[in-house]
Amino acid sequence: MAGLILILYNVAIAVGAPFIAPPRPRADPYQIPSDTSLGHRVEPNPAMPGHLFGTTYLQVDLFYGCIWGTRFAFQLGLEVIVTTLLVGLILGMLAGYYGGLIDEIIMRFTDIILAFPGLILAMAFVSVLSRAGWTTIDAAILSIILIGWPGYTRLIRGEVLRVKGEDYIEAARASGASDLRIMLRHVLPNSIYSVIIVASLDFGSIVLTAAALSFLGLGSPPGYSDWGRLIFDSIPFASSGLQYWWTFTYPGLFIVVFTMGWNLLGDALRDVLDPLSRRR
Amino acid sequence: MEVLMSIENLKKYFPVLGGVLRKKIADVKAVDKVSFDIYQGECFGVVGESGCGKTTLGKTIIRLHNPNSGHIFYKIPREIGDSIKILEKENPKSRALKYLLKEYDHAYVTGGRLRKLRRHMQIVYQDPTTSLDPRMLVKDIVAEPIVSQGVERGSRVIERVLETLQEVGMGEKHLYRYPHEFSGGQRQRIAVARAIITHPEFIVLDEPTSSVDVSVRAQLLNMFQDLQKDLGLTYMFISHDLSVVECISSRVAVMYLGKIVEQAKTEDLYKNPLHPYAQALFASIPVPDPTRRKERAPLSGEPPSPVNPPSGCRFHPRCPLVMDICKRQEPQLLDVGGEHYVACFAVNK
Amino acid sequence: MMQDESVIRIKDLYLNFYTYDGVVKALDGVTLDLRKGEILGLVGETGCGKSVTSLSTLSIVIPPGRIERGHVEFSVKNKAYDLLTLNDPTMARVRGRYISMIFQEPRAALNPVYTVGDQISEVFLHHRRPELIDAAIARLQKDLLKTSDLKKMIYKRELSLFNRMKNKPKSLVLRFALKIPLVRRFQNRLKTESKVFIVDILKLLNIPDPGRVVNMYPHELSGGMAQRAVIAMALSCNPMMLIADEPTTSLDVTVQAQILLLIKDLQKRFGTSILYVTHDLGVVAQTCDRVAVMYAGNVVEIADVMSLFKKPLHPYTRALLESIPRPGQKFVSIPGTVPSLVNPLPGCRFSDRCRYALEMCQTVKPELVEAEKNHFVACHLHDEGN
Repeated sequence: MAGLILILYNVAIAVGAPFIAPPRPRADPYQIPSDTSLGHRVEPNPAMPGHLFGTTYLQVDLFYGCIWGTRFAFQLGLEVIVTTLLVGLILGMLAGYYGGLIDEIIMRFTDIILAFPGLILAMAFVSVLSRAGWTTIDAAILSIILIGWPGYTRLIRGEVLRVKGEDYIEAARASGASDLRIMLRHVLPNSIYSVIIVASLDFGSIVLTAAALSFLGLGSPPGYSDWGRLIFDSIPFASSGLQYWWTFTYPGLFIVVFTMGWNLLGDALRDVLDPLSRRR
Repeated sequence: MEVLMSIENLKKYFPVLGGVLRKKIADVKAVDKVSFDIYQGECFGVVGESGCGKTTLGKTIIRLHNPNSGHIFYKIPREIGDSIKILEKENPKSRALKYLLKEYDHAYVTGGRLRKLRRHMQIVYQDPTTSLDPRMLVKDIVAEPIVSQGVERGSRVIERVLETLQEVGMGEKHLYRYPHEFSGGQRQRIAVARAIITHPEFIVLDEPTSSVDVSVRAQLLNMFQDLQKDLGLTYMFISHDLSVVECISSRVAVMYLGKIVEQAKTEDLYKNPLHPYAQALFASIPVPDPTRRKERAPLSGEPPSPVNPPSGCRFHPRCPLVMDICKRQEPQLLDVGGEHYVACFAVNK
Repeated sequence: MMQDESVIRIKDLYLNFYTYDGVVKALDGVTLDLRKGEILGLVGETGCGKSVTSLSTLSIVIPPGRIERGHVEFSVKNKAYDLLTLNDPTMARVRGRYISMIFQEPRAALNPVYTVGDQISEVFLHHRRPELIDAAIARLQKDLLKTSDLKKMIYKRELSLFNRMKNKPKSLVLRFALKIPLVRRFQNRLKTESKVFIVDILKLLNIPDPGRVVNMYPHELSGGMAQRAVIAMALSCNPMMLIADEPTTSLDVTVQAQILLLIKDLQKRFGTSILYVTHDLGVVAQTCDRVAVMYAGNVVEIADVMSLFKKPLHPYTRALLESIPRPGQKFVSIPGTVPSLVNPLPGCRFSDRCRYALEMCQTVKPELVEAEKNHFVACHLHDEGN
């Protein structure tokens, strides 16, 4: 329940972003406006009228950044989750249902990717892709997808293997159902529950990974409303202790609230949807 | 009576994989050269203990498993059956034979024709809890055979589902519910509805009443008999419960370790079992009559594993009538009179 | 009910299950007694409460089940104890030693990571320690006479430790010794001694090659052998009472015949009283001396096995016997279904399916009365001399 509330709160901010912090006309709304009235000073300014949270490097407005960061987080998360789920579902289903050579090939690919620590691999991907001409944001998204799909594939494959042995699958074959029909009508609905739980838990960690990439400078471009980016921008000022506390605290808080919301939701979903614990 | 199905020398082995490279090291000889006929409209019982291969036999006949070798002839005209036999003997590699087999032998049919065949042959499983997809509505479960084969569409589907549900004693109010909302007996009825909706001719009943209560069992068995009469079905009734098989089957075969050891009309078999294993099996059933208590266990030892069956007659290590020849040769199923077949050297000498 | 001859007397046992769907009144005043040296069959269909009754006897009912009230009187050495009032440590001494239980699935009752021998010796070590200590001492004394001097030293030490175990179990030296890593190993002698006993028991159970079986793991055994191993575990301490909860249901029919005869044989040999829970009337007819029939949480009839089959008094028993399949006849079943025990009828729980139901059957619960000599029924038809 608490998770749900947190998430709804985040959703509200994301949806209401254009109203809470109006963007500059004819500009990419994700670019945070800098308040040039305060001069081109590098140091951040504390909270003041017009800048609720204060400003950070190059007078970029923190409030704006955090609010639009919410929207960005959702967008990024959704893109990644949907893609990895789709890829994982298809590959996992094929691997689990057909077994044999297809299974071996797919599993070897997942093994290769899983052999590396995720974040490092993502960093490598981003570097390579941005060199190849991708924008850093798209590169970041693709990298996270690339490190994410093996996990889902394995998970779904495991569930498919479990479901495959059940009597009703054989009964469906005896009824003359084609393989495709069995996969879509029988195997899929029965294997998808644990995946959904993992997916919701993952949403938070995907955003976290994206933030980490930005924190390392490999994510969003300067001035982009991404929490990780904001924290990156605050690095030079963080070393002077708590003098410019607002530059990293606010984005950090937003990250925590967001991730925790999804974690709690995932936990709750697991309790509700786990068919084993329910059927009793 | 017409022969509906003729099974000849059916073999189904399952490979046992072992070792680091997961190579085949042995075979589980689940069904090992089994031959028999099933007549139209009868209920053919198959009994045996666990591991004897009766379930595998049932599933192989309707091609849920692919046989390793042998023939499954379904409604084959006599002349064709004879020609096949002649061709096999004289010219086993002839193309004519191959063509005939592809046309009439269910063991070789594949692809689209196989799927069409599934309309005529169906199966009811032992445990209705696992044989029904827990996430599907009853109406979808029962409709699946006709929908996945494209036999009916649209509103006709629901009509047909309703008709079928009424045949098994259920109704409209059950359509939009999930299997777990029903009792075991009702779930089994749903499974039966699914099996009969395509108007099949042959149904394999794999221990259909083993997982339900005793009081429900009778209701289900009566339903099976009524359905057989009303819809002209032919059953293969697999069970380890000998008393139930006695009441519902017209002919019975006893299996041991992948082979049929005795086969006869039900009264003949139950009154006068000839094969030592069949005798021991019948003697082992606990009779609900306290005046008839046994003093000795009819059979000692345990059934060996079908991976490494004993040489010669499979039963010889436990057989009280074992002779020298039993260890070397496999006995054939021979008719001892009145269509009573026994595979035993001691009986058939 | 005969007072002095009973081993266990269950009186008015009420048990509820607290589930999401409501309170399931699983046992509704169960009363029965198991006499010394007899095999009592407890028959009923699924859900009648027979398994739960047997579990309650040993106080191993798990939540959401809870025993509401009732007595389980266990008579040993002329004293009667109410098992439901004993605390857990005391019950732990009863279980396995005085009352044993075997379950339906033998391979589920055995721990897959320990050998059969280890598991049976666990029972020995727990309940028959003094004998093992004596055996170890005896063997040590024998070995002392014919070994080298080095070993003599070790053996002497071990002997002194064992003697301490026997005479002064709480001595400080012993407690120290039990904690020091290498010295602790002297206890393994107890296990080795127990293996001797175990091999003997396995031989009794007709297990071929018991010396080898002792070192086998449960998954290496067939169903019949595994069940024999479980029975060996249960009988290893020569308990006064054995509860058998459908022990042959999962076995093949030929193996079942062997095990049934084995149980009868062991019962004659050891004099154990057995409570045999089953749903198979054939098994009951072959094995039991007396039978208790249960329906929906009540005991509806108790009689000796001949009388029950020849002259069943309760309509439910009659219906059960009628439902045994007979060739040439249509299958007979009992109309209706087992009632939900969440909101049971206040009267006789069978009344809505009973052919002979009277007016009062729905509202007044029938008591178990002795309708004929040693033949008890809970039915209004047999109440006031009907």
